[in-house]
Amino acid sequence: MEVLLGITGKDFTLIAASKAAMRGVTILKATDDKTKTLNSHTMMAYSGESGDTVQFAEYIQANVQLYGMRNNSNWQLSPSAVASLIRHELARSLRSRNPYHVNLLVGGFDVTENKPHLYWLDYLAAQASLPYAAHGYAQYYCLSILDKHHHPDIDLEKGIELLKMCRDELINRLPIDFKGLLVKVITADGIREIEL
Amino acid sequence: MDALVARYASPQDSFYDDDEQSILDTRPSHDHAFALPPIAQPSAFLRAVTDDHKNPECPIKLAHGTTTLAFRFQGGIVVATDSRATAGNWIASQTVKKVIEINDKMLGTMAGGAADCQFWLNYLGMECRLHELRHKRRITVAAASKILANIVYSYKGMGLSMGTMIAGVTAQEGPALYYVDSDGTRLQGDLFCVGSGQTFAYGVLDREYRYDLTTEEALALGSRSILAATHRDAYSGGSINLYHVKEEGWVKHGFTDTHPVFWKTKQEKGEFSNVTVDF
Repeated sequence: MEVLLGITGKDFTLIAASKAAMRGVTILKATDDKTKTLNSHTMMAYSGESGDTVQFAEYIQANVQLYGMRNNSNWQLSPSAVASLIRHELARSLRSRNPYHVNLLVGGFDVTENKPHLYWLDYLAAQASLPYAAHGYAQYYCLSILDKHHHPDIDLEKGIELLKMCRDELINRLPIDFKGLLVKVITADGIREIEL
Repeated sequence: MDALVARYASPQDSFYDDDEQSILDTRPSHDHAFALPPIAQPSAFLRAVTDDHKNPECPIKLAHGTTTLAFRFQGGIVVATDSRATAGNWIASQTVKKVIEINDKMLGTMAGGAADCQFWLNYLGMECRLHELRHKRRITVAAASKILANIVYSYKGMGLSMGTMIAGVTAQEGPALYYVDSDGTRLQGDLFCVGSGQTFAYGVLDREYRYDLTTEEALALGSRSILAATHRDAYSGGSINLYHVKEEGWVKHGFTDTHPVFWKTKQEKGEFSNVTVDF
């Protein structure tokens, strides 16, 4: 029961991921970080098959950073380019002998066009650009909340308020404790962690 | 295919010569060329011949069932395990060493397939020594655990079965503890219990665990948690194997039969009141 949530607003993208690392009936870690920073204005959150998730995320992180280095750090991949790269890697992996079973949310802020971005990707290499998104059981509870309360021009304060509504609903209704959410926000200034 | 490509490709211009490159090449080369069964799905084959739950007549019975634990505290890391090996309902041994001494400063624990754990932790010991010789400094626990995680991940889906903890104290990290299992999970943490008796050990350990435990308290708590698991889990038992990992290296604190420890605990502390006897 891993939770991944993403919300965009006027000038930001919020990404939240549950902090529990589970195996069978045991929570092995209550402070797990299921996110990776890809470049200065792009990050991703991941869930899925244990082992595959971290292995795939580190592979993507290394390749996005390699792109930055090869281009003298002056030109970083835009969020949409990062999402396309990840989708391509997932599609390639899907047709291999042992595909990665990883679901992702990619969040970013495009500094050239000054717009926030959120991409939803699953292990079947489907990609969608969305104003708000979720993975796993969180979809069943949170998408209806966001359908009702989200507007594209909300500010960060309202975005955090929406995230709190989603968290409270999940705590109320999900049968397993997911140990709270790790929240990161991407704005024109870059990526930072926030306390919910 | 790779050999073919290598033969016809022009030699790459390397900044380093071969000797220097081999020093810099830190990737472990676990090219063992293990013989695999001549079938499409090795894991399915393994499941068919080893699944003793549904098929008690299976030809291969793997040693399973364990309780192992390790936790970080102010004075280092306590590592404790039971010592029972079971194959189905059969107790194959009561004197198994489930703590594997990787080197004199690092320990690994063994849960799951005994052979898998012994082989790969031993192999990890070799990689750690090679790292030491190549880089003239001791490997960090983070790096060592990642070598193991990457190896087991490369065999994912082929039937490896291991749940292990790597514990060590290094100058860079201080006391460090990592959990690594055969589906490729690698987690850093303060406290882990692994094996069929993990829930029982967690129960006792979580209630009384604090980071500022004294060394005596920590060793007693580790030992008591294993005792709890050996009492309730049919697949755990034998002796309590206790270690303390410190900056200077690890220290062994005995391989103690659980039977007298159980009766001593019961008589002196009045615990295990569930067990009633008339002396």
